[in-house]
Amino acid sequence: MTQSWTPMETDTSEGGQELRPRSDTDPLELLREQGAILRLPEGPALTPDDVAIEVTEDETMIINMGPQHPSTHGVLRVMLELEGETVLRSKPVIGYLHTGMEKIGEDLTYLQGPTNVTRMDYLSPLFTECVFSLAVEKLLEIEVPARATWIRMLMCELNRMSSHLLFMATNGMDLGAVSMMIYGWREREMVLAFFEKVTGLRMNHAYIRPGGVAADLPPGWRDDVLELCDLIGPRLDEYDELLTGQPIFRQRTEGVGVITPEQAIALGATGPILRSTGTAWDLRKDLPYQYYEQLDFDVIIGQYGDAFDRYAIRLNEIRESIKLVRQIVEVMPAGDYKVQDKKVTPPPRARIDESMEALIHHFKIFTEGFRVPEGEVYVGIESPRGEVGCYLVSDGSAKPYRMHIRGPSFVNLQTLPVMLRGGLVADAVAIISSVDPVMGEVDR
Amino acid sequence: MPGLEELKHNFLTGTLEELVKWARRNSVMPATFGLACCAIEMMATGAANYDISRFGMETFRASPRQADLMIVAGRVSQKMAPVLRQVYDQMMEPKWVISMGVCASSGGMFNNYAIVQGVDQIVPVDIYVPGCPPNPETLLHGILALHNKIKTGEITQRRNQTGAGAAIHVGDNVTPAGDNVRVRLATSKSS
Amino acid sequence: MSDVETTDETTAPEAPPEPARVHGALVEERNGQTVVFPERSAYLDVMKALKDDGYEMCVDLCGVDHLQNPDRSLPDGIVRERFEVVVNLLSLSQKRRIRVRVQVPESDPTVPTLFRLWPGSEAMEREAWDMLGIAFVDHPDLSRILMPEDWEGHPLRKDFAQGRVPVQFKAPNQPSTGGAR
Repeated sequence: MTQSWTPMETDTSEGGQELRPRSDTDPLELLREQGAILRLPEGPALTPDDVAIEVTEDETMIINMGPQHPSTHGVLRVMLELEGETVLRSKPVIGYLHTGMEKIGEDLTYLQGPTNVTRMDYLSPLFTECVFSLAVEKLLEIEVPARATWIRMLMCELNRMSSHLLFMATNGMDLGAVSMMIYGWREREMVLAFFEKVTGLRMNHAYIRPGGVAADLPPGWRDDVLELCDLIGPRLDEYDELLTGQPIFRQRTEGVGVITPEQAIALGATGPILRSTGTAWDLRKDLPYQYYEQLDFDVIIGQYGDAFDRYAIRLNEIRESIKLVRQIVEVMPAGDYKVQDKKVTPPPRARIDESMEALIHHFKIFTEGFRVPEGEVYVGIESPRGEVGCYLVSDGSAKPYRMHIRGPSFVNLQTLPVMLRGGLVADAVAIISSVDPVMGEVDR
Repeated sequence: MPGLEELKHNFLTGTLEELVKWARRNSVMPATFGLACCAIEMMATGAANYDISRFGMETFRASPRQADLMIVAGRVSQKMAPVLRQVYDQMMEPKWVISMGVCASSGGMFNNYAIVQGVDQIVPVDIYVPGCPPNPETLLHGILALHNKIKTGEITQRRNQTGAGAAIHVGDNVTPAGDNVRVRLATSKSS
Repeated sequence: MSDVETTDETTAPEAPPEPARVHGALVEERNGQTVVFPERSAYLDVMKALKDDGYEMCVDLCGVDHLQNPDRSLPDGIVRERFEVVVNLLSLSQKRRIRVRVQVPESDPTVPTLFRLWPGSEAMEREAWDMLGIAFVDHPDLSRILMPEDWEGHPLRKDFAQGRVPVQFKAPNQPSTGGAR
C-alpha cells in the first residue's frame, strides 16, 4: 500500500499546485467523488412529481428492492437508481424489523437482559449475549470463573461456525447454487443439535448470562464436539470444491462489490468486510478479550475487497474456528460454571428446599434482580459479522438505565451504496449476500 | 362393449370436492415471508433434515400471486404491517395464513410500541404455531393441522367475508379486534 | 505535634491537582476506559483532534436520555444536561479505544455532525435523531431511520411510554388487568 510518491508540481495560472497521493484523500471526498448514496425520502409513494430530483439527460429510474424479496436476508429494502441494468446510486432503507429492544432492555432486569438481547442477531445469538454479560460483569466488577469463560469461548466459536455455514448456504442460494443451501443446513443442524443438548434451545438460547453460563456442559460433550469437528472439516473441502471450483460462481463474485480499505474504515465497517480489503483487524487478536491470547489461530484477510474474498474469508474462518474449538477442548478446566457470588447468581434449585437464605436470594434475584453499581461501560467483541458492542449505563438499580447494542450489520450496511455503484442489478443480490446482514441487529 | 371390460379395477370414484381438496392440500405453495428468527427455523424446515418437501411444499414462491400459503415467520413491526397486508391482498384465493412463532401470534415477548400485537390484527390467521422460535417439528405439526383443515373442508369457507381480523370473543363488553381496540376482559361481577 | 499543626494552619491549603485534559476537554478513567467530556462548543474540534491523533474509526454513536438519572457522576465543571451523545472511537493503528461524552440541553437539542470526519456516523446519527430527538447540524439526511416516516415522538426518551397492550397475565411488578379495573 505504501509507495514513495514524488509530488507532481504543475504550474497553473493560479500558481504551482501539488498533487498529493491518492491515499491521502479524505474519505468523505472519496465518497463524494463516487456519488454512491441516493438521498431521497423513503416514503411509500414516490412519484417524480413529488420529489425535487434533478432530471439528467439520461433517464434513470428508481426501483425498490424489497422489503419482501426472495433473497433470504430479511426485511431490507434497497432503493436503486438504475440506468438500464446498471446501478448508479442506492439507499438501503431499514426499520422494517424495529422491535424497540433497547427500550425493552430498560424494563427487564440484568438476568432477563440476555433473553432480550439474544434476539437481535438471531444467527449468532451467543455473541450478543456474551457482550451484554461482559458489560454487566465489568460494571459489577466481578471475576467470572475460568471454566465459565472457556465454555463461553467454546459456544461462541461453535456459533461462529454455524453462522458462517448459514452464510455459505444463503450465499450459494442467492447466486443460484441451490444445492449449497441444502448442504449448508446439514452441518448447521449438527451444531444446533449440540446447542440443544447444552442449552435446551436450538436458537436464541439465553445461555450466557451475567455471572457465567446458565448450565454446565453435559457429560460426553467432548465426544460430541470432536465428532462435529471431524465431520465438518472434510465437508468444508467439498463445499470449497463445489463453489470455489465453479467458474460461474467465481465470475459472479470476483471483482463484484469492491471496497477499498479507506472507505471501509471511514464507514465503520468491521469483520469480514474490513478484512476482505486487506486490513488485518480482528478483535480476538488485536484487542484480546477472554482467553484468546492463549490460543493459536490465524486472522484471515483478503486482497481485493470483493464478494469472493468475503466468501473465502468466511469459509476459512470456519476452519480457524474448528482449530480453536479443538484447542479449547484440550484446555477446558474443571471448576464452577458461574460465579459463586450469592448476590448475583441464583442458587441451585435443590438448595432452595434446604436453606431459607437460598430461597430469599432466589426470590430477590428473579423478581427484583440484582443491583449493579452506577457507571457506564462499552465492551466490543468479534462476532461473525464484525464488532458487536454493548454500551451500558447503570444508575444503581436492578435494570439497565440505557442499553445500546452496536450491531455490526447496522454499520456495515452503509458500505452497500459504495459497493453497489456501477454494478448490475444481478450483482446487487450477490453483494447484499456477501455483506451478510442480519436485520434483527440492524433494526433492533 | 369392447374396451370397458379391461377397465374393471381401474376406476376410482369420489366426489369432485374431495379431489379438489386432495390436490389443494398436497401442493400448498408457501410465500416467502420470513421476517426474523422464525424465518431461520422455516428455512430449516425446508432443508434436508426436516424436509418440508415430503408434503409437497418445498417450492417457496417469491411472488405472492403464485402462492397459497403465507407463513408469517417473525415479528411484524409498525413499518412492516402495511407491506404484510399488501402481500396478503395480492395472493389469490384460496389462501391460508399460518402465524409462526409467538411474535406473529400475539406480539410475543415484545409488548411495546414497535410490534403489532398479533398478526391477526392485520390478516385473518388459520393456524397459530407457538414457540420462540418453534422447532421445525412444531411448524410441521402446524402445517399438517392446516392440511387436515383443508381436508375436512373447515376453512374453505372464510369467516367474515370482509377479510377482517380474527374476532376474539371474551364476555360481552368487547369490540371486534378488527377495529384495533384494546380488549377489556369481562369482570366477574358483570355490571 | 500541636505546634506543627498551628504553623500549618497559617499556610494556604494545597491546591487540588489540575484535572487531566485531552485537547482541552476533561478526561477521566472509568472501569479501565478513557472517557473525554468536551463542551458542546468544543466538541467538533476535540473530535477532529482525536481523529488526527489516530482514531480512524468511529465505532459507535448513541444518545442517552438522563431525565431520570440527574445524579450521575460527572467531572467537576461539566454542566449536566438532559441528553448526552456518546461516541466510541477506535484506533486500529494504536489498538485502543476512547469514549467521548458531550452534554446536550433539552431546550436546544442540537450537536454538530461527525459526518465530515467519519462518514460511517451517518446512520448512527439518524438513529439518535429518530430515537431521541437529538438533531445533528449539517447532517446530509436527517430523517427517521427505524420508525415510519410519519411517526410522532421519539421512542427512547424516558417520557415516551412503552406502549404496552394490557394482557391477562401480569409481569411481577405490574398490576393485573383482570378483575375490577
